[in-house]
Amino acid sequence: MSQVQSHDSESSARGDHAARLYHQPWPSDWWLRRASFTLFMIREITAVFVGGYAIFLLVLLFLPAGAFQAAVQGPVSAFMHVIVLVMALYHTVTWLNLTPKVLVVWRGEERVNPILLTAAHYVGWIVLSLVIVGLVVFLAGGGA
Amino acid sequence: MPRSKEVFWWSLFSAGGVVSAFFFPATIIITGLAVTLGWVTAEDLHALVQNPLVRLYLFVLISLPLFHAAHRLSHLTIDLGLAHARRPSAIVCYGAAIVGTLLAAVGVITGL
Amino acid sequence: MADENAILEVFRYQPDQKSEPTFQRYEVPFHEEWVVLDALNYIKDHLDGTLSYRWSCRMGICGSCGMMVNGDPKLTCSVFLRDYHPQVMRVEPLRGFPVIRDLVIDLDDFMNKMTEVKAWMIPKEERSIEQGEYLQSPAQLARYRQYSTCINCTLCYAACPVYGRHTEFVGPAAIALAQRYNMDSRDGGYEERAETLFDEHGVWMCTFVGDCSRVCPKNVDPAAAIQQAKVSATKDFYRSLVPWGKRRTET
Repeated sequence: MSQVQSHDSESSARGDHAARLYHQPWPSDWWLRRASFTLFMIREITAVFVGGYAIFLLVLLFLPAGAFQAAVQGPVSAFMHVIVLVMALYHTVTWLNLTPKVLVVWRGEERVNPILLTAAHYVGWIVLSLVIVGLVVFLAGGGA
Repeated sequence: MPRSKEVFWWSLFSAGGVVSAFFFPATIIITGLAVTLGWVTAEDLHALVQNPLVRLYLFVLISLPLFHAAHRLSHLTIDLGLAHARRPSAIVCYGAAIVGTLLAAVGVITGL
Repeated sequence: MADENAILEVFRYQPDQKSEPTFQRYEVPFHEEWVVLDALNYIKDHLDGTLSYRWSCRMGICGSCGMMVNGDPKLTCSVFLRDYHPQVMRVEPLRGFPVIRDLVIDLDDFMNKMTEVKAWMIPKEERSIEQGEYLQSPAQLARYRQYSTCINCTLCYAACPVYGRHTEFVGPAAIALAQRYNMDSRDGGYEERAETLFDEHGVWMCTFVGDCSRVCPKNVDPAAAIQQAKVSATKDFYRSLVPWGKRRTET
């Protein structure tokens, strides 16, 4: 019986404690309050452009010749593509820079230098990009 | 508490992140600037896209980045302090990515 | 010898007197070699004995003197008045936590999280004293060493925009410590921790803002630990799908 009572008084003391706590508000514009937070938010927003471009590629699959050719040239298309390119590059740079946080390579007791890992990824990306553009220009030109 | 199914979505997010990081800039230059800059003609580019291997490449570049974007956008609810909307937004975002993937598969197959 | 004063605006919350917090301004002698905690101790000893705050070691080990200084989570024993002076220093309790009184925060939620993720060694095999110690090579130690230096100061929670609004998130330090034990060659508790760690309020809630790693006074890099935990959960998941995949035993 006395155990039950002491349990009761303890829980009411806890309830009292909880009621007296002050809960600090978190600013809803937190991502504007520090440059790194804003850069983070831009990184997340690149997803809109990445998703948008994927949808554009999807549409290209279905477009008849005339509409396809209109979609890949002209000032409006070029302008939209430049905006998407800037956001895609931002995604690429942030993604590659964060890679060593996710991917840890060990050589015995030593961790492979993260900068080396990032640098290797950058080299791979640039080579790959040149190959893709080169291949398309070569193939498309040669195929005509 | 059961383990979350998010492990599956996260794997697609990160695969899509890698694919879009490595392949998107070059592909954007091709579809957006190559014709305008006179590197290729629009007719040649259209002919190239009818190639089965190119269509398979485009399928990968459509599907995985859609899941990447879907994951980031649905997680935006957490950053904005709206975690209660996490599940509905996940259904909408991943659902759209699934529909996009199916459409891309149709596009690739009918074009073969 | 101080011939000028440093100014602190200190968060005061005294629920027995007032239900809303206020800021109180104090002037303390400015010394080159004083840390912010020295100024708080000066206030307590000479100006206002009612000020409440936690501190112990004064040397960045105990992890109890964490507070917001001008909006940034800091160990007050490790930041100097000269880092801010002549700017006014605004000292507040760590953000994201409920405040008990003045600068003292309620750590119950954090302590529960450490229990939930089982942030302790769960030996792979029980050994008797006669069988001797659990051996580990330097290479095996290197895998988790960085994550083992956490001092539970909770600065990472105060920095985390996810935890700030969603206290159900397991959070940086608890995940980093769970990962520390998961990566320990002597530990066999991966499956036990997985329930909490890979629950929807576990690693998946992290959007990788990365501020936890910036504010960590011990370079634990909790953000990296969380992403690596996601990777190991993913490997585990795909291994479980294929018949030849064996369950994960070590990283």
